[in-house]
Amino acid sequence: MTTPFQPRLAQSSPRRRNPLRWRPDQQWEAYLFLLPSLAGFLLFVGLPVVVSLLLSLAEWDLLRPPEWVGLANYRQLLTRDPIFWRVVENTVYFMVTIVPLQLALGLILAIALNQALRGTLVYRVVYFMPVVTTIVAGGIVFQFMLNRDFGIISQAIWWLRGATGLPIAPPDFLNSTAWAKPAVVLLTLWKNTGFTMVIYLAALQGVPKELYDAAAVDGAGSGQRFWNITVPLVSSTTFFLFIVQMIGAFQLFTEAYTMTRGGPANATLTVVYYIYQNAFQFGRMGKASAMAWFLFAFIFLFTLIQTRLQRRWVYYETES
Amino acid sequence: MNATTRTGRGGAGARQSLGAGARLLLHVGLSLGAVAALLPFLVMLFVSLMPKEVILSRAFDWRLASLQNYAETFSVVPFGRFYWNSLVVAVASTTVQILTASLAAFAFARLRFRGREAIFLLYLATLMIPFQVTMIPNFILMRYLRWYDSYQALILPGAFSAFSAFLMRQYFRTIPLEMDEAARMDGASSWRIWAQIILPLSGPVVATLAIFNFQASWNDFLWPLVITNSIEMRTIPVGLSSFQGQFNTEWHLLMAGSVVALLPVLVIYIIGQNWFVQGITLSGMGGR
Repeated sequence: MTTPFQPRLAQSSPRRRNPLRWRPDQQWEAYLFLLPSLAGFLLFVGLPVVVSLLLSLAEWDLLRPPEWVGLANYRQLLTRDPIFWRVVENTVYFMVTIVPLQLALGLILAIALNQALRGTLVYRVVYFMPVVTTIVAGGIVFQFMLNRDFGIISQAIWWLRGATGLPIAPPDFLNSTAWAKPAVVLLTLWKNTGFTMVIYLAALQGVPKELYDAAAVDGAGSGQRFWNITVPLVSSTTFFLFIVQMIGAFQLFTEAYTMTRGGPANATLTVVYYIYQNAFQFGRMGKASAMAWFLFAFIFLFTLIQTRLQRRWVYYETES
Repeated sequence: MNATTRTGRGGAGARQSLGAGARLLLHVGLSLGAVAALLPFLVMLFVSLMPKEVILSRAFDWRLASLQNYAETFSVVPFGRFYWNSLVVAVASTTVQILTASLAAFAFARLRFRGREAIFLLYLATLMIPFQVTMIPNFILMRYLRWYDSYQALILPGAFSAFSAFLMRQYFRTIPLEMDEAARMDGASSWRIWAQIILPLSGPVVATLAIFNFQASWNDFLWPLVITNSIEMRTIPVGLSSFQGQFNTEWHLLMAGSVVALLPVLVIYIIGQNWFVQGITLSGMGGR
């Protein structure tokens, strides 16, 4: 067994399908292969996870020695920090607006692009362009476009007023507590819709055309075909995108940082933004760590619940 | 709506199934969407070519276009330095990531050792943990090591994600084990099998992960924001952001800076767009 020349196939039994039998000579070699990755992983992921847990039970500004406070950070967040609830509320707002809009827009674009039109490739290249760009540049240009005095979006609203006579005026988007959130949503949609579209497009290409033909023969209208064929057959993709986009929305930071710096009056402050502020501006490492664990708990519970619920609405072809 | 529920797999057949009117309507809708996607880029480019006074008075005119703003931008902000930093960080972190992850994945997929399942499970367990949890301890660790505001700090903490190792392990397992066995019979060591059999056969997954990691590192914002301080260590997104904080009403400069930050990436994207789309979508799980 110890020589590498042992003809392993010759002695194969039913265990042949599990050829990774333990060979003592491979043991140390395997650890060598694993070493660089495992060392980095333990140092930069494993250790920080443990430290973060401990840190969340302490108060530390990195200047004075850390002070053990038990669960006080968690308790303070839940009961005595109105800003924390404000940022949770803001984050939920971003989740429930961005995710459905992004999935719906992505699906609509993907269906349109899946019609074997000429120029599909060009459309795809264009729609995906914002996905590869730096969000900071996007944020800057959206700030400009939303500027009340000379932004193109505000100009368009003024023009619309002139053309239709409707009594509308552009809001001062980024300085208004009511409009700053939609402005951030707009930037996020511009940036990410190309991503959901490309994933949906791949899913649609796996839907057999015969199903639509059969449904058409049976007299199903286009709406019926959409709801009874397309939607169920891409539901596993919807599930995947839903989870990924929700987690992304939970972690929204750069968009708000670039466009509004969390303002005005904390209207666009998100959970991650508040973690950033506490850790790196207010010197409250413990509180920030406690919040990071809340974030983890949210994401974990949410994913768990969705994974349970998926049986009710996600269609897998193998089930039939 | 009749049009929108057909799939296009049938090629010419599907094309016939759409009337000319429906197709025209689709093109109009898709073009409007394309304009919406492109508009911010066009605004950015256009404004970056306009003199400062014109922007406030809104007297835009193509004949006034000049590259003056770009010259001024480069004179007030070290964009060349930002580029160099982003390049160094993205190349180094992608290389470290791919090398270490492929070695580990080889051990997980092809070698047998005590604790293999347990260690792999440990890797998997951390996939769910958001970056924000490890960010603060890593920040403290970097200060402790006196790496704050350095390349090491920008590169290393993000270079050991379990995701790359996981994805490569899954791929390596699809390569027939008979290949290893034949090589071993010919006297090849595990190192040679890794370097000359497994890696060359894993081109697609390596390329996908490389592109994904490269663009994730290139566009990363939060970590470079907290771990760098001096202007010399800023990467492009963070450099652009501090530029924005400094010149927040100098739109002519901000737009020129944004164009400078985006242009090379967009050019590379348009040349290799298929690879980009695959790289980002296939490993989109680890995104953000």
